[in-house]
Amino acid sequence: MSKILIYATQQEDSLTSGAKEALAFGSRLASATGGSVEAVLVGHSNMSGATEAIACGASKVYTVNNPMLAEYQVELFVDSLLKVFYQSGADVLLLSFDRIGKDLVGRLATSIGASAITEVTDFRTEGTKLTWVRPIYGDKAYGEYSTTRPKVVVGIRKKSQELAVPDSKRTGEIISVDYTVSEEVVLTKLVVKIQSALSDIRLEDAHIIVSGGRGLGGPEGFQDLQSLAELMGGTVGASRAACDAGWVPSNLQVGQTGAVVAPDLYIAVGISGASQHLAGITNAKTVVAINTDSEAPIFKRANLGVIADYKTVIPELTEKLKKVLV
Amino acid sequence: MHIVVCLKHVLDPEITPRYFQINPKTNRPDSGDSDMVLDSFAENALELAIQLRDKTPGATVTAICLGDESSEEVLRRAFAFTANAAVRVWDSEWENLDGQAVGHILAQTIKNLGGAELVLTGYQASDIEEGLVGPVMAEELGIPCLTLVSDLELDDDSVKSTCEAEGGYTVVSVPFPAVFTIISAETNVPRLPKVKDIRLAKSKPITIFEAEDLELDKVRCQPGVILERAFVLNRDVNCEILSGNDGSEMAVELTEKLLALKIL
Repeated sequence: MSKILIYATQQEDSLTSGAKEALAFGSRLASATGGSVEAVLVGHSNMSGATEAIACGASKVYTVNNPMLAEYQVELFVDSLLKVFYQSGADVLLLSFDRIGKDLVGRLATSIGASAITEVTDFRTEGTKLTWVRPIYGDKAYGEYSTTRPKVVVGIRKKSQELAVPDSKRTGEIISVDYTVSEEVVLTKLVVKIQSALSDIRLEDAHIIVSGGRGLGGPEGFQDLQSLAELMGGTVGASRAACDAGWVPSNLQVGQTGAVVAPDLYIAVGISGASQHLAGITNAKTVVAINTDSEAPIFKRANLGVIADYKTVIPELTEKLKKVLV
Repeated sequence: MHIVVCLKHVLDPEITPRYFQINPKTNRPDSGDSDMVLDSFAENALELAIQLRDKTPGATVTAICLGDESSEEVLRRAFAFTANAAVRVWDSEWENLDGQAVGHILAQTIKNLGGAELVLTGYQASDIEEGLVGPVMAEELGIPCLTLVSDLELDDDSVKSTCEAEGGYTVVSVPFPAVFTIISAETNVPRLPKVKDIRLAKSKPITIFEAEDLELDKVRCQPGVILERAFVLNRDVNCEILSGNDGSEMAVELTEKLLALKIL
């Protein structure tokens, strides 16, 4: 009988996919353990995400609405989430281990004196015993963890869950929480926020991704990938090696550090398949690898392999597809 | 200015999957010392720490590592990068620490060193990938933490930090002391140490702290999570290698295969 509180992040008045993943995970956990699901929203908006959270399974939603919370600010978000956590009396605090989750999980757990577990993809129950499942060693293995403390803060791995399916017939209670900002907790200040103009489609949401790696030999090769991606209605990604070399901006990076993606089609060009890259494409449906090295680890993950120099394949592939698709 | 960089000795993430085995008795990978390396984001953090020191008159870099004697290898590497001092923290009773316990011990280690203006760590080590140590240390030390940081620029009493954000990046200003978890970037690609520095690194003294040297909270040294069972997944997919004799034949073949997926 555990009470699960989900921190649901909003973007432009609706829940993010990370929030919907966390709600789906929380609902599944609640029905397996006989617990209840509540959610908390933090920000400054009409809080329309609250009704969405109810439709996605929350029986109660706490909203913390304050002009100072309009932009994400780590110390204030930690502070307000702690307040709601204590008010709700929850045992489990669950959130997406996304960009914001990476700031929050360790701080919240330490402050509460709770166990912390991140990158969780699943749970198991055996009688009354609950364990958390997560990949370890660059997805080469999975571990099942038990927790030692009464409370736990859980970070759900991005793109590891089906999204919660909203049912507008569900009902629940919305509780507006009074939160007075204490200015002295604010230490970090946003100077500037730069949205990348280079890619219109977010890698995380893309259905088709053409990624390039060290094997491209330089930034020029990405032009070919860009044409192919555009033709297919997809977007361009890159390996860490290509980003570190400065060939493309780092926000195109696919992998454990960069974007964790789940496209229908992932074409890896000149990418050897380092484990941290493969960890980012675990949920890609079809993977095509184009590489001159037949021993490259990417071929262990790929469904289709092309052992050739990409320069002899990509332009011609683009031409052929153009005839059919345009 | 005192810069502390936290390093971790990890199983080489690029170890061939077919040699990767989990020992069911220990739930840990069977590995020899030769399979162990400095975690790559920690190496980016080390590079950035050295660069910041070199731009800041009077600054020093201390590399710290929690681990047994074999992990001194990473501290020697820090010396080869020209770190000023190195500290290894270890106690034979620390068998199954989790990220929170490590964060507590490292925070106490930093206090024992007289504190630091900047504390740098890798953002997530490639073995267990918890991503907890940086934020936990910050909470323990009562100072701010910025995660996924690619670059730092020092002002008089604050640091401008470039952080990865959804769909772009942010520049955030924070007063010191503060903790930063570092990701790889064009600006922090680890250097190739000079032969002279590698040679000098071999004889530099490493300070060793044990549990009794630090003011540790016994409860916080206990892990909050325990690995009950670990199992290797066979993820190998049956890869269909296209049979064409040259790029052009393969392009034709690939076109057909891609169209057959019916998603274009």
